Amino acid sequence: MLPRKLIKTKIRAELKNKKSFLQVRDDLQSQKTTVRSITANYIKSIHDNKDLNIFIEVFENEAINRANEIDEKIKSKTQGKLAGMIIAIKDNLCYENHLVTASSKILKGFKSNYSATAIERLLKEDAIIIGRVNCDEFAMGSTNKNSVYGPPLNPLNKKMVTGGSSGGSAAAVAANLCMVSLGSDTGGSVRQPASFCGVFGFKPTYSRVSRYGLISYASSFDQIGVLSNSLFDNALVLEVISGHDHNDNTSSKKRVEPYSNFEKKPNYKIAFLKETLDLKALDSSIKKSTLDLIESLKSSGHQVETCSFPFLEYLVPTYYVLTTAEASSNLARYDGIRYGHRSSEAENLNDTFVKSRTEGFGQEVKRRIMLGTFVLSSEYQEAYYTKAQKIRSLIQKETNKIFENFDFIITPSTPRTAFEIDSETDDPTDLYIEDIFTVHANLSGNPAISVPLGKCKKNLPFGIQIQAKNFDEKKIFNFVNQFLTHNI
Amino acid sequence: MIKNNYTSVIGLEIHIQLSTKSKAYSADENIYGANPNTKISPISLAYPGTLPSVNTKLIEYALKLGISLECDINKKNIFSRKNYFYADLPKGYQITQDKNPICKGGHLLIDLEDGSKKKINLTRIHMEEDAGKSIHDIDPYNSLIDLNRAGVPLLEIVTEPEIRSSFEAQSFVNEIRKIVRYLDICNGNMEEGSLRCDANVSVMKENDKDFGTKVEIKNMNSTRNIKKAIDFEIDRQIELIEQGKFIVQETRNFNALTNATNSMRTKERADDYRYFTEPDLQPLILDEKYIQSIANDLPLLPNELERKFKKEFDLSSYDIKLLIEDKGISDYFQKICKIIKNYKLVANFVNGPIKSFLNTNSVPIDKLPIDRKKIIALLSFVDNKKISISSAQQIIFPKLLNSDLEVIEIIEKNNLFFENDSIDLEEIISKVLEKYTQKVIEYNEGKIGLIGLFMGEIMKITKGKIDPKKINTELKKELEKRKK
Repeated sequence: MLPRKLIKTKIRAELKNKKSFLQVRDDLQSQKTTVRSITANYIKSIHDNKDLNIFIEVFENEAINRANEIDEKIKSKTQGKLAGMIIAIKDNLCYENHLVTASSKILKGFKSNYSATAIERLLKEDAIIIGRVNCDEFAMGSTNKNSVYGPPLNPLNKKMVTGGSSGGSAAAVAANLCMVSLGSDTGGSVRQPASFCGVFGFKPTYSRVSRYGLISYASSFDQIGVLSNSLFDNALVLEVISGHDHNDNTSSKKRVEPYSNFEKKPNYKIAFLKETLDLKALDSSIKKSTLDLIESLKSSGHQVETCSFPFLEYLVPTYYVLTTAEASSNLARYDGIRYGHRSSEAENLNDTFVKSRTEGFGQEVKRRIMLGTFVLSSEYQEAYYTKAQKIRSLIQKETNKIFENFDFIITPSTPRTAFEIDSETDDPTDLYIEDIFTVHANLSGNPAISVPLGKCKKNLPFGIQIQAKNFDEKKIFNFVNQFLTHNI
Repeated sequence: MIKNNYTSVIGLEIHIQLSTKSKAYSADENIYGANPNTKISPISLAYPGTLPSVNTKLIEYALKLGISLECDINKKNIFSRKNYFYADLPKGYQITQDKNPICKGGHLLIDLEDGSKKKINLTRIHMEEDAGKSIHDIDPYNSLIDLNRAGVPLLEIVTEPEIRSSFEAQSFVNEIRKIVRYLDICNGNMEEGSLRCDANVSVMKENDKDFGTKVEIKNMNSTRNIKKAIDFEIDRQIELIEQGKFIVQETRNFNALTNATNSMRTKERADDYRYFTEPDLQPLILDEKYIQSIANDLPLLPNELERKFKKEFDLSSYDIKLLIEDKGISDYFQKICKIIKNYKLVANFVNGPIKSFLNTNSVPIDKLPIDRKKIIALLSFVDNKKISISSAQQIIFPKLLNSDLEVIEIIEKNNLFFENDSIDLEEIISKVLEKYTQKVIEYNEGKIGLIGLFMGEIMKITKGKIDPKKINTELKKELEKRKK
């Protein structure tokens, strides 16, 4: 083991906080630069990096026009708090008069006639939506290979996957093609690609951000999340998009705290789930860095205790039974009748449904619809869906119990680092194990972040996941900030 | 009803389309008869990313009905999805309630043919949403879809299988229709489909313990058709059994042209709707205070009004039945009775000329083109014996309908006031009786019906200006004199 001092320095180097929006804001204020010039630079970078296959569409003219308007506002000091912030959105977020496809053939050419609440809130604070980025079809996947547009490439190593399903969102941030991106996280779809691409990925508490305008995958799991290079930017954007929305009946009425106002608090109590390090599939460098971090945390006075969580092996099966069940119903609306792909081969109503969906959906989406239809069927509902619901409540109870005694649970974000795009697996469900650490927070609903922690032998990044109890977003930000700026 | 030793067993499922301003889970306008696909939005079209929000009126109306029918109110309401594909079902599922309906139990008293009442127990009432409409008979090659109705709020009432005849079924639907109109939660119009009824019908031998195989009948768009369809179905089933054949469990469609039911689809393979909890809506918790506030605001319902009218107005059951058929009418009646205390007179006038005008023109009472004050003025003239009821009904009422004249103006113009002093009634009676001397003898020998002849003659001469009661008294006096 390394001497304690050395561990600290090493980790702090990995956890370096990149330039934040604060700098941009100062530069705009002091007229060192303009929103227009920032926007133009990002647009150029996007074009220069077309080979990464991150952006599906760049809202070029519109972004420039808005940039001009916002520059005027800055002159008259009437700008919103995200003036100058360049944001990319996942292709499953609706933006009025813009195409949105969830990376699926079934929505090819579909234009949304309203905006998601999160998008409206960004626009209201003068953010610039620069374009929409690649993702797994209907947010189902952890490689971003399930996209009708093909996979985006990991900017840190173009042979590697970005992770998924918000692969484009993570890669766009990692490649500096935007400052912040929005993704969605149903089982880790923000945190896993954030880990693979070496950026911050935050999944807020379920109900914290309105889901209105987010194309549903699994309604009781889905949350819009934020990806960024800087912790501050992440907190600032989350602060803007959070809060109650009458269009989402499940959104919380709880007050939103000023996340970006980082505070230093005394030491925390941290739980470490011992089962997570026993996992066979866990990469050795991830294991080592995680243990080092724990040591480091302890040495800076935090109380870290090993905790048992016997439900680890049930997380993934429970997650897949419930999310596919909800997905099978949520995706029933793509029937070729009112919008989206309609088969030209169909000769009657039933044919229209069957053929349009068969042609329009990709393999993984079909697999999950079939699985979900099966677990909800009257014959099997009791054995699968109902049982999984019960396990979910147990997981929630057990998780809450841990949070009675601890501020945070830390685990690795992913069992391994990014793998090769060309690698094939015989059984597509092998990939489901990728989600083992992340699905937990979606099953129990609590907030979780993936923070870049280190790099493996292949020089690929990985993250550490920090979970807190429901609505403790601010506590997570405070703690991570302490990591980055103080002596842990 | 027992027919050739068979008992019929009937359960009803009634869909009530609620007359809320907006739809169940979106802000789209809820209105019948608008141009196709004009009352829609991203939510009712199930555009990607849209989510439902519950219209609180849906809850309020469900509670109004549930409390009125004395149901147990469920305080934790969970919404469920019922999944199936159909062209006019935009989401691919219907938001409904599965295991925890808002109302459980409850009952309704219905009128039987012999005038007695029977209690029918309810299984449940739950909230759900309507689908759009598929139209197959306009375009020869395509089906057209109108989604104005998609998402319109519905309540579904399910009865226990306690209805025993087509008459009872018809009576049940009539009663429900009356109640939803009283509660002002649905217009009760069966032709427009605002109130729809499906019937589950089976027959069994009188002494059998188990119900027979049930058949579901749909598409009965009037209470008359409900009766006809059930009668047809009972006969059909008895005939099959008598022939030693089996009843197939199926859904049958009622055809109003042939008065017969036809097979729509057999239910060998039950539909699997994959019900599960709607994850987009949180459980809706109702507090006791809210439920109580709805209960306190309920109007008197027909059964309660019937008791009240009997007690307060001392009217015949027949008069009362007519008055309480419609809430507008019963309210109207009560308002007039606050001023005119001759309740029988008011009841006769409301059930007579007023109702006949409303029925002929198919309009509700609030569309009666005469101010209520004028009706009150008119009836008080009658009640104070200033004019005859026949003048009121036959001359003044029609003129009020067609002009803006005041009651007094019409009376004066047409010279309708009784003129008890200026006319020598005695002389007129004498003249008439002299004209009919033979008839007077016959009358005094016992043919008392002849009084009508004398009355008619006298009335013709007095032109309705003398109170008929007075004429009657004087006439009888005069006839008595001639007996001697």
